[in-house]
Amino acid sequence: MSTTIRFKIDGKEIIAEKGQTIVEAAKANGVYIPTLCNFEGLPPKGCCRMCTVKLNKRYMTACTTPAADGMEVESDTPEINDFRKGIIELLFVSGNHFCPACEKSGNCELQALAYRFKMMVPRFPFLFPQKGLDASSPKLIKEQNRCIMCKRCIKAIKDDEGRSYFAYQYRGNKLEVILDKKLGKEISDALARKAMDTCPVGSIIYKELGYYQPIGKRKYDKEPIGSDIEVQQ
Amino acid sequence: MKDKIIKITSRYQNDRHRLMDILIDIHDLQGYVSDTDIEVLAQQLGMSEVEINETVTFYHFFSKKPRGKYNIFLNNSITAFMRGREKVKKTLEEECGTKIGSVSPDGLFGLYSTSCMGMNDQGPSAIINDKVFTNLTPYRVRKLIADLKSGKTLDEAIYESTGDGNNSDPDVRSMVFNNIRKRMILLERNYKKFEVIRNLLIKHSPDEIVGIVEESNLRGRGGAGFPTGLKWRFGRRVEADHRVIICNADEGEPGTFKDRVLLTEFPDLVFEGMVIAAYATSADIGLVYLRYEYRYLYKYLNRILDEMRKQNLLGENIAGVKHFNFDIRIQLGAGAYVCGEESALIESLEGKRGEPRDKPPFPVQNGYLGYPTIVNNVETLAAAVRIVKNGADWFKGFGTTDSLGTKLLSVSGDCKFPGIYEVEWGTSIREVMEMSGADDVQAIQVGGPSGVMISVKDIDSLGTTDLMKWYKPSGMMVAQKTFDRRLSYSDLPTGGSIMIFNSQRDLLNEVVMNFMDFFIEESCGSCSTCRNLPFLMKKKLEKIVSGHGVRKDIDDLLNWGRIIKVSRCGLGQTAANPVVSSILNFRYLYEQHVKAMADFDNVFDMEKSVEAANNFVGRKTILHHV
Amino acid sequence: MEKKIIATTSLAGCFGCHMSFLDIDERILDLIELVEFNKSPIDDIKNFTKQVDIGLIEGGCCNSENIELLKLFRENCNILVSFGECAIMGGLPALRNGIPIEECLQEAYIDGPTVGENKQKILPNNEELPMLLDKVYPCHEIVKIDYFLPGCPPRAELIWNALVALVTGKEMELPYEVVKFD
Repeated sequence: MSTTIRFKIDGKEIIAEKGQTIVEAAKANGVYIPTLCNFEGLPPKGCCRMCTVKLNKRYMTACTTPAADGMEVESDTPEINDFRKGIIELLFVSGNHFCPACEKSGNCELQALAYRFKMMVPRFPFLFPQKGLDASSPKLIKEQNRCIMCKRCIKAIKDDEGRSYFAYQYRGNKLEVILDKKLGKEISDALARKAMDTCPVGSIIYKELGYYQPIGKRKYDKEPIGSDIEVQQ
Repeated sequence: MKDKIIKITSRYQNDRHRLMDILIDIHDLQGYVSDTDIEVLAQQLGMSEVEINETVTFYHFFSKKPRGKYNIFLNNSITAFMRGREKVKKTLEEECGTKIGSVSPDGLFGLYSTSCMGMNDQGPSAIINDKVFTNLTPYRVRKLIADLKSGKTLDEAIYESTGDGNNSDPDVRSMVFNNIRKRMILLERNYKKFEVIRNLLIKHSPDEIVGIVEESNLRGRGGAGFPTGLKWRFGRRVEADHRVIICNADEGEPGTFKDRVLLTEFPDLVFEGMVIAAYATSADIGLVYLRYEYRYLYKYLNRILDEMRKQNLLGENIAGVKHFNFDIRIQLGAGAYVCGEESALIESLEGKRGEPRDKPPFPVQNGYLGYPTIVNNVETLAAAVRIVKNGADWFKGFGTTDSLGTKLLSVSGDCKFPGIYEVEWGTSIREVMEMSGADDVQAIQVGGPSGVMISVKDIDSLGTTDLMKWYKPSGMMVAQKTFDRRLSYSDLPTGGSIMIFNSQRDLLNEVVMNFMDFFIEESCGSCSTCRNLPFLMKKKLEKIVSGHGVRKDIDDLLNWGRIIKVSRCGLGQTAANPVVSSILNFRYLYEQHVKAMADFDNVFDMEKSVEAANNFVGRKTILHHV
Repeated sequence: MEKKIIATTSLAGCFGCHMSFLDIDERILDLIELVEFNKSPIDDIKNFTKQVDIGLIEGGCCNSENIELLKLFRENCNILVSFGECAIMGGLPALRNGIPIEECLQEAYIDGPTVGENKQKILPNNEELPMLLDKVYPCHEIVKIDYFLPGCPPRAELIWNALVALVTGKEMELPYEVVKFD
């Protein structure tokens, strides 16, 4: 049985391996579907809804949906892109994302998506929620003002016994991601750095590092997020 | 406490998947779970403390702070407000000496709000510890609190006679009433217990049973309407060591209470349905996910299961069918509407926060503990028994072509006879109004807050915008002859919640606002959309009803309501429905509030905004030319 | 072609956006061919003397004077532009938004480590001072704002492109590099 499947994204023929998600298959074919909570090597969990595509009149997350033969996926359409922009804006107003004072600025995926989708001002009112900051770990700062609850750190940062360093707390719009006090105290240097690198925004900051790249040399200063995937037509 | 917790966890073999039971047991012991308890739990279960904390802080009936000896959870359904909840709340606060959300200084009473608890036909109601108190009035509250203060037990405080039917069973002893108003094929009294298990299973192969259910076109009664036979067939198809049948008794959609009545009056029918489903799908594990609000039925339901075990209707080689082994365990929830969504329910059953899973894979492929899992609603399972007993053709004699059989409606609100009505599919809204004695009707909410709000007026006269048309496929927009619309999967699908609002009700301020509060409270928070949009939409609605809205605000709401459709689960996808469906069908109510000529209004109030700072520094507010 | 009239102001901002404006360097000479400045710190005209085409607002609203000035700009300008993060989302001053104003004042004037001698615990309450708002408001939550130019500060290129577009009525060019939030 062949393991190759063919389907279409916005009319473009995509050749994929069986078992690939739509996002993975798209990437392999030079098509960028914006993602945020998705992280290579971690099991997907459609939290942010950025990679929403339309499939058989239904909205599906492309990071969790396996590619299948004959699919007709709509991704880069005005409707879907407006939803995506709306999601970015939701994340901006529901936190306190003051980019100029953030260590991650320029390397932040949320900011980069806002650039890509040309967000000038969110359509929603800023909520200015009261959120705290946990600096009790000797290695890490957990900045709740910037957290977008993407779950990446929860899935990625575990000890040898599979216990998570991070977890959700509460539910609904009170939801937050917190660092285990005990595990956070003993976290290794390597794992702490991995935690920071896993975080798409500036919510997990490795202490004593701060700003380490000048403006102009950061990841998203010159080229939009996703342009490394997109094939020049 | 440490030793006690270790004793509890070892009762469950230190299995982290039983965390819900463990936490419930700890709450039974001391009313809350402290950080030190979480530390012990983490050690015992081999988890990190934040992982335990994640489950604890998710559920409404769990607490990390000490609570009272008596914890009173007052229901905040819209119909409770319509029946005097504010006065009841005020009296409770006075008599208990504390405010909602806190514990009285003497530690006797904790007062809390809780979402719809399945008692809409007899509200306002409250859960006190595990007992349910219905039809509360200030008088009854004063008497009840005085009794408890004088040292009477909760059982003694149920001073009036218990409710009808099995509500007076010694293992139930609740003051709840069934209020069954209309019986048809499901609720008819001629049910001979376990006849199908005893006599029919041996005559039919599992495949034939699935065939009968498929032939009957039975569709899921929880609201989504997925074909039951197909679900069973899917569940059979996957190779696995175990298969699981789950009865979804998490009835959380505000306004429905039919599963509560079924479980009270026909628990045997429901369990028999589970056994049949297990036989048809070769399942060996049975679970009932019972919402915490119905805990008062727990002992009684377990007694029925024990009786079934004694009669070999559960256990091994059930009813003489070789190798048919199946048993049922009841799992209590702990207060979370989203756990009614089947994959969130499974997460909860595994001891985790009730966060819906991404689909695919569907539970029939990969469900409870990774096994193929079939989740059926209480009513669906009950209907399956009747179908296998009487045949698919018999069942097809009821309902309409696309919606066969009957449906239990839970009717509440402004009508003379709230309660349970078993009607044929195809019954019109007008007929429901007539049955329940609703003469003065402004609006009817079909399917709970996640359903639609139907108006008396025809919508055509209101005109439609492009934005409104976007919602057309959703079926939320009501066309003409509104009350002649019929309950069916092709016209008005519903899980059975029907709430009636008379012409005196302020639909936006009272009803829609209440529904939005519900979604804000009950979102699991995982999706960026459902976590944030209901709150933002409510703020916008407040802006409109306060007289500061402009026309663009109405369009904004419709636009924002589209974004939420990309959420993962049904809760998220429908969380904007109260606003959207009220705009689609009651746009004039919004138009009345907004400023027709203005294109901008900011709600900003300088006087209010400077008040705090001025008070603190000690100066008067003098406004110049603003 | 008649010259367009421009006004600018800084509310709760640091004047960085105005500095960035000046970073258009020698193009300011081109600009002055196209526009005339009215009320603005750039030419130090204190009051509006006529109806203005384009108003540029730097900074959000943290006190009563900001509100009054912003409303004055809205009345006197046909097009109003929020330029810079503070105008758009409150910016640095809005970091206080999560903290009750009483606590902010207590810390700033009485308890803070940088407070010098304040034995009488004096809080600024002179009638001459603007009154502090409960939080810092983005400008578009007070009055209608027509365009937004993000950045902290907005790049000079962005300001230039935007002004040229508004003055000439052509579509605004937004190269990727010029629209940044920091």
